[in-house]
Amino acid sequence: MRATAGGIDCDVHPAVPGMAALLRYFPPYWREQITIRGIDGLDLASFPSRVPAHGRADWRPAKGKPGSSLDMLQAQALDGFGSQLAICNPLYGAQALFNDHFAAAVARAINDWLIAEWLDREPRLRGSITVAVENAELAVDEIERLAADKRFVQVLFLAMGDALLGRRQYWPIYAAAERHGLAIGVHAGSAARHATSSNGWPSYHLEDYLLNAQAFQSQILNLIHEGVFSKFPKLKVVGIETGFTWLPNFMWRANKTWRGVRAEVPWVDRPPAEIMREHLRFTLQPTDAPPDPADMAVVLEQIGSDDMLLFSTDYPHAQFDGTDAFPPGFPEAARRRVLVDNPRNTYPRLQEAMS
Amino acid sequence: MSPEDGSILTAPRDQRQSRARLKLIDCDVHHALRSLRDLHPYLAQRWREHLDVYGPRGPVPFTGSSPYPKAAPALSRTDAWPPNGGPPGSDLEFLQKQLLDANNIEYGMLHLLAPSGMDQRNQAFGAALSSAVNQWQYENWTQKDKRLKAAIVVPGEDAAAAVAEIERWAGNPDFVQVGMTTHSIEPLGRRRYWPIYEAAARHSLPIGLHTSGYNGHAVSGGGWCSYYVEEQHNVAISQQAVAMSMVCEGVFEQIPTLKVVIVEGGLAWVPSLAWRMDRQFDRMRGELPHLSRKPSEYLRHNMWYTTQPSDEPERPEDLRRIFDWMGWDRVLYATDYPHWDMDNPGQSIKLRLTEAEQKMIYADNARAVYGLA
Repeated sequence: MRATAGGIDCDVHPAVPGMAALLRYFPPYWREQITIRGIDGLDLASFPSRVPAHGRADWRPAKGKPGSSLDMLQAQALDGFGSQLAICNPLYGAQALFNDHFAAAVARAINDWLIAEWLDREPRLRGSITVAVENAELAVDEIERLAADKRFVQVLFLAMGDALLGRRQYWPIYAAAERHGLAIGVHAGSAARHATSSNGWPSYHLEDYLLNAQAFQSQILNLIHEGVFSKFPKLKVVGIETGFTWLPNFMWRANKTWRGVRAEVPWVDRPPAEIMREHLRFTLQPTDAPPDPADMAVVLEQIGSDDMLLFSTDYPHAQFDGTDAFPPGFPEAARRRVLVDNPRNTYPRLQEAMS
Repeated sequence: MSPEDGSILTAPRDQRQSRARLKLIDCDVHHALRSLRDLHPYLAQRWREHLDVYGPRGPVPFTGSSPYPKAAPALSRTDAWPPNGGPPGSDLEFLQKQLLDANNIEYGMLHLLAPSGMDQRNQAFGAALSSAVNQWQYENWTQKDKRLKAAIVVPGEDAAAAVAEIERWAGNPDFVQVGMTTHSIEPLGRRRYWPIYEAAARHSLPIGLHTSGYNGHAVSGGGWCSYYVEEQHNVAISQQAVAMSMVCEGVFEQIPTLKVVIVEGGLAWVPSLAWRMDRQFDRMRGELPHLSRKPSEYLRHNMWYTTQPSDEPERPEDLRRIFDWMGWDRVLYATDYPHWDMDNPGQSIKLRLTEAEQKMIYADNARAVYGLA
């Protein structure tokens, strides 16, 4: 039996093949616009699909993008790891468009495509709702449209968008998510609104990828200090594919800085690390583990909570070989929580499928 | 008692006393101008007028405030305002008494935060300003107290002017490193800055990168933060991007003897950054064939990190693991005098250290990096 059997995989990526595949899910106006303007190619530059890291060799289909085949995803991601459920995070452009109307139309098309071509065909799959993140009104409309479908378990953001996610312009989205028991998923990736580092645009894709961790750190600070978790006490925010071994030193620094200048944010009434342990969750992959496996348990102790990690394979991205989704040294005793309990507690909508 | 209350000293009393006897090297001391007019004697007439009329101009909204108003006036401890007037750090005699004498400091590394030549949008003015600052530091600080060592401040966005400034001061024992802003227009590993690094390495001068400056880029890849409580942490996060850029661009492949000192970014992030860089480098090394070693090895061999603001793990002993993971010889002590969040020797590193460990962190590591006797 697989070490991960019965787990809930909180990050798999069905690939949108392209606009042609989405066309039928657009209303006539957009179908015409897309056709006459030749609009296509909204794959995020954050995940160029030919890079080996973003498609494991044995998970690449003979034709098409990694993650574009339902059969393969069923055999490799679901059966391969013995997962009982997997949450689909399609990454295709909607979060990065400037035209709000078009962004909302693309989001809606992706969601309807996900329902028809993935969720309806495979009962073990769950979905994230793609929304036009930069227009809260349109985003909330989309959440309301889909909220009755309990297979959707979260709303999907990118780690780097227009503004940091604590800002009030996004709060209506959080209100809708909290109302419907949806988590907020913040996936690695950039809409290229800002340089990926505060020191400007780096040269390499590797740096862009690494910088997702730093961006997510800035997101956490902004979410906490803007008071999102004071306003929405039931909200969970999931860092997806952002890594987590940086969490201890980040928590220490956040606590210390808050202690020094907390008068500036009087609504933050307890140490940030405590808020993180209650409201933040992280997918397992990538685990940027210490070189000595014995230190893995030390990092988990420093994180100081058994609740924060969620099993993920990041299928079809190449984060590990074989089916070793848990890094060496990850304590056996902690695995069951990561595989099942934590995902269930993070995504209350999953429980309806599991009773 | 818990680490949360911020008031406890977990270092035992006897150790605090032995630390008090130890001669320290403080790798981050902030001197200051009494006013911009202090630079007049060192500027050509044309730039004196420019300074007075147009003043320093960076990509920032305000003339007299940070976009994120700080926690204290002049960012400083209330007791650091000199009794004879002027802003904190501007009175040599008071700085000697309050910092150097009181803490038995053998050497203090000066970092002037403002005005910064490198931040100037008018780059010719930036070059003139940098030269003026260096002359001012030399005449008014390092020549008057041999404990104080300056950084050759350079207008880093204009590499030719920066190299000229390095050549002007290199070999002068009062200057022990080259100082650059961390919020550069491009990431600091990019080739436009390499002539500066080559000049520094040629003269065995480390590059001192104190968190500072404005470059017009948002403080994070996800946009601008809202509060100072965030910005203060984000500038430390940005030091991770600096380290990343220096490593990934191959600066240390090109210039293996280059030393880089990261100042005022803390250091507990170094191990997890090294792990992440190594692991992800493994996945994407096809893009960086110019690196002959794992990223962590450059972090371990070419870079040093100052302690302030000291990292305070929830379990104090975890700081020992951080030092173990990153290498004890990487750790340089710094106070950040006279700023409000400065670290007092004997109170900031809340860890039971052996005498040998104390000597490394508080003095000998810095002595080696800066080649001090």
